[in-house]
Amino acid sequence: MSETKTPSKLEKILSSGQLAVTSECGPPRGSDPEVIRKKAQMIKDHVDAINITDNQTSVTRLCSLAACIHLKLMGLEPVLQMVVRDRNRIALQSDILGAASFDIHNILCLSGDHQKFGDNPQGQNVFDIDSMQLIQTVRLMRDEGKFLGGDDIARPPKMFVGAAANPFADPFEIRVPRLAKKVAAGAEFIQTQCIYNVDRFKEWLKGVVDRGLHEKVYILAGVTPFKSAGMAKYMKNRVPGMDVPDELVKRMSGVPKEKQPEEGLSICVETIEQLKEVEGVSGFHIMAIEWEEKVPEIVERSGLYPRPSVGE
Amino acid sequence: MIVAEKKPMEEIIEEVKGYNKILIAGCNECVTVCEAGGKKEVQVLASALRMYFMNQGKEIKIDEVTLERQCDHEYLEEIRNIIDQYDAVLSLACGVGVQFMAEKYFTTPILPGVNTCFLGATEERGFWTERCQACGQCILARTGGICPVSRCAKRLLNGPCGGSTKGKCEIDSNVDCAWQLIIDRLKALGRLEQDYEKLTPIKDWSTDRAGGPRKVVREDVRI
Ligand code: SF4
Ligand code: SF4
Repeated sequence: MSETKTPSKLEKILSSGQLAVTSECGPPRGSDPEVIRKKAQMIKDHVDAINITDNQTSVTRLCSLAACIHLKLMGLEPVLQMVVRDRNRIALQSDILGAASFDIHNILCLSGDHQKFGDNPQGQNVFDIDSMQLIQTVRLMRDEGKFLGGDDIARPPKMFVGAAANPFADPFEIRVPRLAKKVAAGAEFIQTQCIYNVDRFKEWLKGVVDRGLHEKVYILAGVTPFKSAGMAKYMKNRVPGMDVPDELVKRMSGVPKEKQPEEGLSICVETIEQLKEVEGVSGFHIMAIEWEEKVPEIVERSGLYPRPSVGE
Repeated sequence: MIVAEKKPMEEIIEEVKGYNKILIAGCNECVTVCEAGGKKEVQVLASALRMYFMNQGKEIKIDEVTLERQCDHEYLEEIRNIIDQYDAVLSLACGVGVQFMAEKYFTTPILPGVNTCFLGATEERGFWTERCQACGQCILARTGGICPVSRCAKRLLNGPCGGSTKGKCEIDSNVDCAWQLIIDRLKALGRLEQDYEKLTPIKDWSTDRAGGPRKVVREDVRI
């Protein structure tokens, strides 16, 4: 996997064999670009690329593409998250071209949460294609320079193509085959669901390594620090596809409220430490939800700082 | 079958209150099976409306009829000689029946008495669930006989999504995850390994609702 196919900085770092670090910013529920710039400013020196979420949990926000452009204008490396919930194949391809016109070089192809969870549960959803097929679409546009309809694209997008994987969702037995399917569809990097159950993650990863999938795709292990015991409980009980072991909830509840953020950060750093040397882990995706200011600390404490610089 | 549900009484009253002579028309097919618009429901609704208007001190003529099918010219013709006696018909057939009757009796208001919900099956008496969205190009052969178009909340052709939890869908812990069902069935058929990793290609939705109103033409059986 050492040859790069795109100008993506993330791809360069991964292909150089160094652990990559990505993080994410959720765009604001309004049109103030300062919000996104501020968040990016906080983390920019500690991560290699910044994901911009696409109306996450189906709550209407400033669009991912525009926010990525703001990052690009700051000289940063965005990862455009794109869900197939809200746009049909025409709009998806069109937005991919729009992003490519700003030289956005990374895309993360997702299904998206059901709209039921958001601020417009009465809305329609689209799901014209699924996330696997979006991966295929971007690869077709990039590698063959073709639209889905078969026509040629003038100046095809040059995007490093990513997908999500949730090692903790059910049924567990198809979690590795599912990754294989995403790789076959054309995924080049994976950002996983937040890992709290390290043993279960390692079990999944072993299956991945046994099939040699880690040699075909870069896996960035996802982590999210708990801000409080309440959040740990919420993640455990309310977020579909999330696996939070009881010990962690207990550990969070076991410290006084004012110490809980600190404990949450420690758990996060320990998780990274435990996974840094594990075969198949190519980096980390730190999702500090509305807590971006803590990303530098997590990166530093995990020994992932300074970040490598790569030549253009 | 087509599964429908009775409309709330208040909504029906709102629909019919401007009329004095109403025919309530049931249908003997799907809506009878799902107990929303058969003969029995026509009777119950007619009595309830008579009672309501009587209490309101309003004299209203409400008659009842139940046709074999409302989606068929032949049976709809059976009310041709009486239709002029009514200001409006409240049809308890599915949306197809209501419209077909409206096309036939162009100058009579035909009002819907049920909400047409989906194509489904009777799991047990009083409990119906969806099975098909009539996408026009059935892919059940590759999904273990379980339809992801109608039964996966995101109609994923290459599922499951990351929200599948203990066999249930992320939208509701009482709803089965279609992809869990597909995987279980593929396993039972001994085809999980060979079939699961086959990528299902992008679907042609032009035979679905997306392609506009659909029709089926069979030249060989046309008269
Ligand atoms: S694949 Fe299409 S036709 Fe077949 S059951 Fe599903 S919706 Fe109906
Ligand atoms: S949980 Fe299962 S049924 Fe629900 S959206 Fe995901 S794959 Fe589809």
